[in-house]
Amino acid sequence: MAEQFLSIEKIVKSFGGNTVVHGVDLGFGKGEFISLLGPSGCGKTTILRMIAGFERPTAGRIVVEGKDITHLSPNQRKIGMVFQAYALFPNMNVADNIGFGLKVAGIPRDKARARVAEMLALIGLSGFEKRFPFELSGGQQQRVALARALAPRPRMLLLDEPLSALDAKIRVSLREQIRAIQRELGITTIFVTHDQEEALSISDRIVVLNAGKVEQFGTPFEVYNRPASRFVATFVGTLNTLQATVADAAKKTVAIDGQVVTIPALPATARSGETVALTMRPEAIAIANGVPRDIVLDGTVSEVNFLGSVIRLKIDLGANAINLDIFNDQHTPPPAHGTPVRIGIASGDVLVLDG
Amino acid sequence: MKRSRLWAWSLFGIGAAYFLIPLIATFEFSLRMRRGAYSWDAYAAVFADPRFQATFSYSAFIALCTIVVGILLVVPAAYFVRLRLPHLRPIIEFVTLLPLIIPPIILVFGYIRLYNSSSWLPFTGSALATDLLLVFAYATLSLPLMYRAVDTGLRTIDVGTLTEAATILGANQVTILARIILPNILIAVLSGAFLTFAIVMGEFVIASLLSRPAFGPYLQLIGANRAYEPAALAIISFIITWGAMGTIQLLARFAPKTAARID
Ligand SMILES: Nc1ncnc2c1ncn2[C@@H]1O[C@H](COP(=O)(O)OP(=O)(O)O)[C@@H](O)[C@H]1O
Ligand SMILES: [Mg+2]
Repeated sequence: MAEQFLSIEKIVKSFGGNTVVHGVDLGFGKGEFISLLGPSGCGKTTILRMIAGFERPTAGRIVVEGKDITHLSPNQRKIGMVFQAYALFPNMNVADNIGFGLKVAGIPRDKARARVAEMLALIGLSGFEKRFPFELSGGQQQRVALARALAPRPRMLLLDEPLSALDAKIRVSLREQIRAIQRELGITTIFVTHDQEEALSISDRIVVLNAGKVEQFGTPFEVYNRPASRFVATFVGTLNTLQATVADAAKKTVAIDGQVVTIPALPATARSGETVALTMRPEAIAIANGVPRDIVLDGTVSEVNFLGSVIRLKIDLGANAINLDIFNDQHTPPPAHGTPVRIGIASGDVLVLDG
Repeated sequence: MKRSRLWAWSLFGIGAAYFLIPLIATFEFSLRMRRGAYSWDAYAAVFADPRFQATFSYSAFIALCTIVVGILLVVPAAYFVRLRLPHLRPIIEFVTLLPLIIPPIILVFGYIRLYNSSSWLPFTGSALATDLLLVFAYATLSLPLMYRAVDTGLRTIDVGTLTEAATILGANQVTILARIILPNILIAVLSGAFLTFAIVMGEFVIASLLSRPAFGPYLQLIGANRAYEPAALAIISFIITWGAMGTIQLLARFAPKTAARID
């Protein structure tokens, strides 16, 4: 990890005795798109605001390109930021909003105008120069806020839940647009969100936070498929949890509602008669029709949710129920409610969580 | 229900009569300078009086200076209190209300004692310095109105986020105040300014005791010595005050346009 663009070193933040960030240690490479993901109140905004310089860390340092910026004031940091509440200047039109950072930096007028036009083209709002913020939709305002942040060519971009005030459809199209622009400019970006789907879909790497601590830092693929903790496993993606009783700890067998199966991942510490939680993703489970899976369970279909290309089924196993996804097949209707089915799970996809 | 409507209307009628009858009577009286016919003679006499022109323009100038001092004092103060010391707001609000509680006569005697020609800061030593002192006194007097107007304006914008957005773009505090905060609360500031103007134009006690040639003392002088002109002057003052109020109302219509839409 020699060539770090941004390092956050053992950062602690307390608000009057209440510590909300506990020694966070992170390093990001140049041009990376990083998401800070976690439930509301876990300290995402606080970390972002320390990078921006709006909050001073109680302990630790922030280093950008080898320089300690911990005590640099925010207007010296050359960082672009987009806020949840847009925060466009209501008294200025779109062009003046985007040009504000350039004007403050003393960029000559004609150069600034060219840069504003370039930014408007980038966000697809050419011709909107003279509009005022109150004349724009939420999505348009947020694009202008993005252009305003990018116009002075900042060395990194921070976004604090920029999409959460928008409706679902615009949210998806705008996040793709943000990612495309970020790729085009190659700008190091930190994106704060509490929406795991958002984080998984656009990030190079994700920092999963819980209660002011880093739970996991990895690619979306790693975070989703190899969650480092129970928190990550349950917070990111949909997870099936089955309560099972250890039947024979030595043979690594457990009983799920009376059906005994072998779980090679059962920890050596498990003892017979103990209850363990087995977790797996919906897509790790298949209806056992040909595809050989080493765990086979019998149940009945209790719910059928047609989601379009995917159909989510809920299978009743007794006290436990399990969600699984099957692909829509135009020629085969999905199993009806109450149909008995046999499901298969690859034991390698099962995670055992204690308790 | 009909009964309560009737009550409301009669109360309104009483209130309106209380307010309008003296006004109408004064106006009627001001028109009777020429014997046997209504005329604008009293107004013509007032406007032709060089002392009217001199005192009116003096007070108007002092009012403008007061507004500038008030804005420079109150806008940054109210802004920083909202941004950095929100817990101090009740105290600041109380302090800004003090000029309403302390009579101007006490204020001006305090000034005279503190700043007389043999003191460390001899403000009353020269005419110019006394003018300055008058401006400061009026800025204090209009503080409750100015502060309230500005604070109301600040409430309509997201001061914290706008400040942070401008800061991260490289702006310093002065730029933020001048380019972002002030333009967004301009309507509120102007309404405070017009109220200040109305107060300064009519003020008597401080101007008189500092013996400045202001409009208030002139009103008093004419009132004591003439018959019809005071009535005309009262109507003129009334029009100035209500002109200022009307302008505030007019400006308020433009206010909502500056608010950003969140959807
Ligand atoms: N200025 C502040 N003063 C006191 N507590 C704060 C302040 N800012 C944030 N907090 C607290 O810090 C915790 C983390 O907040 P925040 O970083 O905003 O979380 P997130 O953005 O993940 O929702 C919360 O419990 C919040 O109440
Ligand atoms: Mg937050």
